Amino acid sequence: MSDTDTKLVLAREADTGVVQAGVSIGQIFLEFLIIGATSFGGVVPYLRESLVIKRQWIDDKEFVELLSISQSLPGLNATNMAILVGGKLRRALGSLAAIIGVCLPGAVIMYVVGIFYRSHGDHVWVTAALKGVAAAAVGLILSTVVGLSKKSLAGKFDFVFMALTVIAVNRLHQSVPRTLVAVGFLAILFHRPRKERKESVSP
Amino acid sequence: MSQIPALVRVFAYLSLLTIGGGMAAFPEMKILTVEVHQWLTFPQLIHLYSVGQMAPGPNMMMIVPIGEWAGGVLGAIAVVLAFFGPTAVLTFIVGRLWNKLEKWPWRRSIQQGLAPVSIGLLLAGCFTMAKGAIFGLETATIAVVVLLILLNYKINPALLILVGAVVGVFSFTR
Repeated sequence: MSDTDTKLVLAREADTGVVQAGVSIGQIFLEFLIIGATSFGGVVPYLRESLVIKRQWIDDKEFVELLSISQSLPGLNATNMAILVGGKLRRALGSLAAIIGVCLPGAVIMYVVGIFYRSHGDHVWVTAALKGVAAAAVGLILSTVVGLSKKSLAGKFDFVFMALTVIAVNRLHQSVPRTLVAVGFLAILFHRPRKERKESVSP
Repeated sequence: MSQIPALVRVFAYLSLLTIGGGMAAFPEMKILTVEVHQWLTFPQLIHLYSVGQMAPGPNMMMIVPIGEWAGGVLGAIAVVLAFFGPTAVLTFIVGRLWNKLEKWPWRRSIQQGLAPVSIGLLLAGCFTMAKGAIFGLETATIAVVVLLILLNYKINPALLILVGAVVGVFSFTR
């Protein structure tokens, strides 16, 4: 099936959520390899650009849904998305091709960086640059925290759960799994399924 | 060579903590790689993490150099497999089940409940890192400026990290 044919089929079936077959393992690997090699500054926007817009392997609605699964499971968004999209296209082998593709370029680059850093890491210019890089990275993580909070925190109790998590890990020096289970349990219980009439209580 | 079983154990464990992002595992990663196994120092960990933000692909590939330092090429491969293998299998299985869980009312509860906790873990990781990365006015300024730029403008974060490197060279070489 040619590329244009695929698009036509997709255009017709987009609203039914049917994903076309016929994407080869090689295509999956290559597409994720390209994403893995070019996704500077965060993989998710590149994933959408490539999978939804360029290849049209999944539609926007599916993309958002798969992303929300990725975010509630352990694992990085980039690799979880690779597993889910690869699996949707070609089951286990598709997942494998996608995750290897998306990881390979970055892994090779960091392997080389690690060797360089070990031999030149104490150079005056390198240490100076690294101080700036680390400080900038802190700003980047904070911006991620703010962005995610705006998007997925609903109501003041969510901020309480967030604060409890931070206090448990940073102040009380509890392990991450213990914190995750304890605060997570409370938060899930707070968001427990309710009957319709109770839903209007939200602020 | 003898480090490889420890590398696999540590990074397989850490991978299960990365809910919401790699940073969520950072506090535990510091304890295990720096304090317990002493594969690297805390400044080195911070440097690798930060430089890793400039590389394309999943943003925790900084685990590769840790594996390489502790166990050579095999260590690097072991660390990648340990860090991505278990969560990959879990995600694959849950991905298959997810649609069946559509009607399960607790699915939404779990998603809503995990959101604030995962953001909290991210923030906790950020604070752990800030303790080593932010000292004095220059570094604090860099962090705040990057934060403000990213919140207000659509700009590639990797580029800003690169700018951070340049500012660092000018601020800290004397």
